[in-house]
Amino acid sequence: MSPGQPLLQLEGISKHFGPVRALDRVDFAVSAGEVVGLVGDNGAGKSTLVKTIAGINSPDDGKILFEGQEVSINKPQDATNLGIATVYQDLALCDNLDVVANLFLGSEERLGGPGIITRQLDEVDMENRAADLLSNLAVTIPSLRSEVGTLSGGQRQQVAVARSLLGEPKIVMLDEPTAALGVPQTKQVLALIKRLKERGLGVVVISHNLADVFEVCDRIFVLRLGRPSGDFSSTEVTEEHVVAAITGLGNNAGARAEVAEDKAEAETGTEGEKA
Amino acid sequence: MSATPAPTSPQAGGESDENAKLDVRQQVRRIVQGDLSSVRVILGLVVIAIIFQVQESRFLSAENLTNLMLQITTIGLISVGIVYVLLLGEIDLSVGAVSGLAGAVMVVLNVKHGWNPYLSIAAAIAVGAAIGTAQGFLFSRFVVPSFVVTLAGLLTWQGALLQVLGKTGSLNVTDSKITGLANIFYSHTTGWIIAIVCIVAYGLVLAIGYRRRVAAGLGDRNPFPQIFRLVVMAAITIAAVAILNSDRGVPLALLILLGFVIGMEFVVQKTTFGRHVFAVGGNDEAARRAGIRVNGVRVAVFAIAGSMAAVGGVMAASRLFAVNQNSGGNELLLLAIAGPVIAGTSLFGGRGSVWTALLGALVIGSISNGMDLLGLASPIKYMVTGGVLLLAVLVDAVAKQQRQTRGRA
Repeated sequence: MSPGQPLLQLEGISKHFGPVRALDRVDFAVSAGEVVGLVGDNGAGKSTLVKTIAGINSPDDGKILFEGQEVSINKPQDATNLGIATVYQDLALCDNLDVVANLFLGSEERLGGPGIITRQLDEVDMENRAADLLSNLAVTIPSLRSEVGTLSGGQRQQVAVARSLLGEPKIVMLDEPTAALGVPQTKQVLALIKRLKERGLGVVVISHNLADVFEVCDRIFVLRLGRPSGDFSSTEVTEEHVVAAITGLGNNAGARAEVAEDKAEAETGTEGEKA
Repeated sequence: MSATPAPTSPQAGGESDENAKLDVRQQVRRIVQGDLSSVRVILGLVVIAIIFQVQESRFLSAENLTNLMLQITTIGLISVGIVYVLLLGEIDLSVGAVSGLAGAVMVVLNVKHGWNPYLSIAAAIAVGAAIGTAQGFLFSRFVVPSFVVTLAGLLTWQGALLQVLGKTGSLNVTDSKITGLANIFYSHTTGWIIAIVCIVAYGLVLAIGYRRRVAAGLGDRNPFPQIFRLVVMAAITIAAVAILNSDRGVPLALLILLGFVIGMEFVVQKTTFGRHVFAVGGNDEAARRAGIRVNGVRVAVFAIAGSMAAVGGVMAASRLFAVNQNSGGNELLLLAIAGPVIAGTSLFGGRGSVWTALLGALVIGSISNGMDLLGLASPIKYMVTGGVLLLAVLVDAVAKQQRQTRGRA
């Protein structure tokens, strides 16, 4: 893999659901240590794109390059094996299990030995590894043994993200990580995303909240009706431009006015967050 | 991140002399709020015992307590399987009928076909396991509610029981290997040896676990909780053996029940499979995404329920020296489900323990036994048992609500 080459590169990806073109010749790339915001209106194809990368949908057309090699991702296991982890919006945590059990769900550590009694769960080792992982990520939770159902939304989201890191992925995709979170909890999750970037992971964040996207993302990739409609560096673009790309209303005066209104709304929202 | 409150920090610098007092208060609060629902059930048992003892002094006699242990064996064993099903958030209505059918299969094979008693027992348990597997497969593969699949099973296996018994409708069993299961009592010396072995084994388990945690730097170094648990367990064991020895001795049936309870509790708490049962019961979609074969877990759990029902049926046939058309019928099914629920296993999945099978059977068995001693008629027995079930579920629901409002505040 040559320097500067993206970790993951999608070229001309298309996906149809019957007559609906959910993705139409989309090019997309993520590099190591880069946070890419994936934005777009409802039905723009964000989720379809993420599901394609995660191996839940397979694309009808186009190719996927991982570390410069062409790969095919046809099932979730393929993505996991490549080192692509996905944290879904609905979290996929078990409320009745504690933090350690959730982190290791499906990949529990066991003591070595022949019989069932000696091969019991290695709670001590799992708890140690969980403590290391969470302290590395500066995630604070009341206790590793508290049930996930008793944690706040932000803590749950952080546990879900931490869980995805156990397989030591190279790319983490987060679906609406800050949806339904309060202001301080959103800050915790955004800080966690920044730490993923510092660790050299490629991060893809789907979000409706442009304030969050501008805060953590290096690049903002806009989808509209299954087509790419903008790929901006977050330091060189205004929210106005991004909103215009999302709505597709950037080319006439009436639309500009609408966009300006949207922006005003977005700004009041932003101020609210900062306060 | 700096804004994040770290809830552990206030206690982290805790004053050591204050800790003990705090601990006791926390324990009391946990009992009240229902975190320790098993302690609440034990308190309930004490209340039941006092009520009956006041009315009838034979209730706490060694003879009656020994009888009680024999009476709860079948229901307790069936409940062990039910706990697994409840942990998934499912229900198995066929366990009563399966236990009757399995008992009949064993007796028919042994008596009519002259099978070796151990082979007959194995065949009976295999029948239970096969039925459970089939029902689990139908439920998980075709996404039919387990309620319906096992309701169909209830009818089917009741019919099969009548078919297996044939025209006679009742069959006696005399093979001492089979009747011995529920009618063997160990000598005083053997009883005490069993007690010592159990206490030493439990002490070793606690000590090994404690050393591993301390070596890994997890948890507190204070060994008091472990010692306390060992002392309590030893006291219960010694008292139980002393009482049983003053009557007929330690019954094999009780050892079989305890063996299954401890073994199946180990499986559910300490193995990957058990963890996956809890996960599927808590959030099956999360379990699926974590790579757990959800349907495999479901089939295995129903197979366990069927097998445990069969074991219960074998013990029932052994205790009564017979099987008949009523075997596994009447209220057995409902009591086997009510027991774990009374003792705190959730009907909605993901919460509970195999100990609730034993505790629930004790509660139900004590009430039934006590009312028999008092000579109360069936109508009253049913209504009182119903009332206790309702009361237990209500107490549990209230405790849960309180826990939630306080936990989230």
